[in-house]
Amino acid sequence: MTYVRDVGALARKDLLLELRAKDTLPAMLLFVAAVFVVFHFALPGNPSRLETTGLLWVAILFTALLGLGRAFVPEREQRTMDGLVLAPCDRSAIWLAKSLATLAFLGAAEVVALPLYALFFHRIGGSTVLAVVLADIGICAVGTFLGAMAVVTRARDLLLPLLFLPLAMPIVVGAVGASIGHSPGRYLGFLALYDLLFGVVCWGSFEYVVAE
Amino acid sequence: MASLVLITTALLFVFYVAPDDANQGFSQRIFYFHVSIAFTAYVCFAAGAWKAFRHLWKRDPRADLESYVWVHQGLIFGAMVLVTGSIWARISWGRWWVWSEDELVLFLILYLFYCAYFMLRFSVDPGPQRANLSAVYALFGVVLIPVSFAAIRLAKEVLHPRVFTLHGPNFGGWILVTYCIAQAALLVLAYTLYRVELAGKRLDLRLRELKEVLA
Repeated sequence: MTYVRDVGALARKDLLLELRAKDTLPAMLLFVAAVFVVFHFALPGNPSRLETTGLLWVAILFTALLGLGRAFVPEREQRTMDGLVLAPCDRSAIWLAKSLATLAFLGAAEVVALPLYALFFHRIGGSTVLAVVLADIGICAVGTFLGAMAVVTRARDLLLPLLFLPLAMPIVVGAVGASIGHSPGRYLGFLALYDLLFGVVCWGSFEYVVAE
Repeated sequence: MASLVLITTALLFVFYVAPDDANQGFSQRIFYFHVSIAFTAYVCFAAGAWKAFRHLWKRDPRADLESYVWVHQGLIFGAMVLVTGSIWARISWGRWWVWSEDELVLFLILYLFYCAYFMLRFSVDPGPQRANLSAVYALFGVVLIPVSFAAIRLAKEVLHPRVFTLHGPNFGGWILVTYCIAQAALLVLAYTLYRVELAGKRLDLRLRELKEVLA
């Protein structure tokens, strides 16, 4: 029970910080809107639903990267990471809370991005929305974990996309399959399995990322 | 030495003993190496992950370097998989790259993944933190391999409904023997290279320590 309270407190801290500083979310919103405009001009004529679905997922992935890159930056700038690690709570709570906060930002960005996509390009089905939810969980779980790794390296923000994109390939497959496939159930199941599997791996090994 | 003998035997078998493939002829022989190199690369990545696990679990002080060297060998063999697969694709389909070949696509993803491993490793100063980060990332690799494989299979159903079956059912006799010899040869080669590189890296570390003592 204390674990849930710890996670709640840590996640609330991140959300409060974002509410006051407004660093991440406006940037994500602007970015995703700009990406849609770029796509319109990169695909002249009337792109098919197949093509724009692929672009939607590229946009979501890159917008998520923007948010994930920022996730641990406040801790680095304020030098609060040591404090978090020394706090008398399970270390995995730090990862879980950070993932939840990033998930909230990404979800908020998508609440705007998906209707925008429907307005600019094509309608969105229920299975796409479900795929977005499941993919977001995987993206934030793995991405936050890798963000914590990247932030201690010299290359910092440069490294996160390199670490993240190969690991996100299965998410893209599942998400695109669920959006355009004839039987989205299998792809949604695959996404859920990915979330579960990597969620457990991240949860179990976060300790080693932050502790020496 | 053993690896030299085995490689020579394997080469002899591949070129002189194994029969030509019915519809692909001579070019099919690259398969003996392509497939066994791929398997060897998997073994290297798995060994790297196992050493990484030993580092995290038992705090074995040698495991970090051993894990790194295994992953390095895996990356070398992975590059060879991409090259041999690409040559084979050129001969079979007339193109250097085909997305319909599962193994090749998987190795491309793994190659990118393990290149990022090196970026990560060289971007952190040597010490316990670097060892931990590398170990965790190497462990992610063995989770990624089956997941990516499943994903590529799934993606094929959407993108490429056709499935290529080139081998057919006739996979026996000399073909099997030749394959096994090639496989054994490459596994021994990988182990030998691993030992050589590890010895070199350890010597390098020792030399640095000695220099520091002297300085």
